[in-house]
Amino acid sequence: MSTPLLEVKNLTTRFRTERGELTAVDDVSFSVAPGQTLAIVGESGSGKSVTALSLMRLIPDPPGRITGGQILFEGQDLLKLSDAQMRDIRGDRIAMIFQEPMSSLNPSLTVGMQIAEPVNLHRKMPWTQAYEVAKGLLEKVRIPDAASRLKTWPHQYSGGMRQRTMIAMALACQPKLIIADEPTTALDVTVQAQILDLLKELTRETGAALILITHDLGVVARYADHVAVMYGGRIVEQAEAGALYAHPRHPYTRGLLASIPRLDSSAGQRLVPIKGQPPDLARLPPGCAFAPRCQHADAACSASRPLLRELEPGHLGACHHDHAIDADLSHAA
Amino acid sequence: MPETQALLQVDNLKVHFPLPGAGLLRRSAGAVKAVDGVSFSLHAGQTLGLVGESGCGKSTTGLAVLRMQPVTSGRILFEGADITAQQARTGTFRRRMQMVYQDPYGSLNPRMKVRDLVGEPLQVHGLDQNRGEYQDRIAGLLKTVGLLPDMADRYPHEFSGGQRQRIGIARALALEPSLIICDEPVSALDVSIQAQVVNVLQELQERLGLAYLFIAHDLAVVRHLSHRVAVMYLGRIVEIASRDDLYRAPLHPYTQALLSAVPVADPVVERARQRIVVQGEVPSALRPPPGCRFHTRCPQAMARCRTDDPALMDLGQGRAVACHLHGGQGAGGARVLPIVAEPTAA
Repeated sequence: MSTPLLEVKNLTTRFRTERGELTAVDDVSFSVAPGQTLAIVGESGSGKSVTALSLMRLIPDPPGRITGGQILFEGQDLLKLSDAQMRDIRGDRIAMIFQEPMSSLNPSLTVGMQIAEPVNLHRKMPWTQAYEVAKGLLEKVRIPDAASRLKTWPHQYSGGMRQRTMIAMALACQPKLIIADEPTTALDVTVQAQILDLLKELTRETGAALILITHDLGVVARYADHVAVMYGGRIVEQAEAGALYAHPRHPYTRGLLASIPRLDSSAGQRLVPIKGQPPDLARLPPGCAFAPRCQHADAACSASRPLLRELEPGHLGACHHDHAIDADLSHAA
Repeated sequence: MPETQALLQVDNLKVHFPLPGAGLLRRSAGAVKAVDGVSFSLHAGQTLGLVGESGCGKSTTGLAVLRMQPVTSGRILFEGADITAQQARTGTFRRRMQMVYQDPYGSLNPRMKVRDLVGEPLQVHGLDQNRGEYQDRIAGLLKTVGLLPDMADRYPHEFSGGQRQRIGIARALALEPSLIICDEPVSALDVSIQAQVVNVLQELQERLGLAYLFIAHDLAVVRHLSHRVAVMYLGRIVEIASRDDLYRAPLHPYTQALLSAVPVADPVVERARQRIVVQGEVPSALRPPPGCRFHTRCPQAMARCRTDDPALMDLGQGRAVACHLHGGQGAGGARVLPIVAEPTAA
């Protein structure tokens, strides 16, 4: 792997809640190389969105706080920057695309103004020129009739067009890193394919790295180069996408893959659900967060949390029993 | 085709929502044709999947069948009786037709105990006279959906999303229906929980011979649960077929595009797939395009698609498609792509 653009080391984000302090992101480390797509997958409460917000330093404080770790972006620790310095980076070298295009666009500003704003702000470009850039960006995200669209309002746009606008805004200053948090969850499936294809194509063109946060294992398979699987605030497995799907090592990853129906699975086969519920972050078990739902769990699993370690070159897993599981797999094959 | 009488038969169903017009007389300025001529049938013990993107009319169709939505025209036959004129509140058919909703949080009254949520349908129909039998029935229903009988005295907030959906299913089962309309019953649940509810639905069908009208946008879940599948677009069924026919060789370009858009959780399969990407988004149901409603996005649209509205043509073997490429005169050159390579038999 080439030198990483972003290197996250031992990131920990905690929230103070009525029910006590909880650790939403717990000792998370990963890196992203230029031009690569890293998918962070997990269910609700796994910590994937809080990880994204932590990278942007957008955790509301109080109740949240990044309590430890480093976020090295182009070698510079973002956690050491002042708020003003961070504002210079946000929307310029790191851009974010949110899940809800409806609520993340300002309804009282024209689309053109919202796309031109980061260009004006970060590039100190006069508005007239910034509008020209905005027009080019709208064309780039394939919104037809871009020149006249600049003067329209978000409410006149469909969901897909709003998300295209969000992408245009994100691309405005040619960021090195784009973080997309469930960018297509609110959209229909044919539009989802259009938007993700577009995002992927544009990152390929500009060489930007993409962090794609999603719960959809199909989307990950189609678009990601690397995958980090989160559960209970931690990364439980991390690998190159092909390796993760071909040889999932963590029981949670394997459970997820067995529990989803696929378009190409043999029909009529029963799904194998993961028993139980996702964990409550305020009441995590002392050992492995997945232990209460894991068929391989034993005393060791409830006693101590397994560390993420390299199982094979480039394939990390956090499980006390990956040897036993391997034996189990080869037996089944 | 000679066939046994269907449990549910819907003929040329139309549900239009008139729009109040401007001006003094407030004359109607047209109508949103949410459901515009939909026909299908569903047999006892079977599942019909109803799929399509938002605004295609799938949920409205479900509500119309339940008689919770006034019907503009058409006919709904259930267990041999015409229920088009009946109403949800008073219709006697409602003991035999129930609904499971999408949102397990919004669809259960937070101030009612599970016992009362599950028992309410029995109370409404006066089946709670014998207290002992009534309590046994509730305990039995909870067990049926995989909950513990002693959970009956808890409130909904004490349950997770998956468990709440089970409560919703137990409530739907209380009156021993023959048909359950499921509107996106798993889409609000976490991925690892969806399979639990899907399996409960499957087991109940096998055990109790239930029929499901399964409304969903997730094509993989629909494939997993359905015997037959109808694809809707802008108020119409564009293709209806047996599950295997539809997923192996979709005929309508929209079905092809829809299936093609769904990613498969396997990078190897994804790389090898041929994909059909349609442009644009679903047009407004207020002004559906003339001719074939899909022509504005169809990669195979021809001149006549812009003017002639294709009828749903019966191709035999329970398969029908509404497309000029198929069934009509001069239907040559139709392209049929396998959406995903057939899994190799182990």
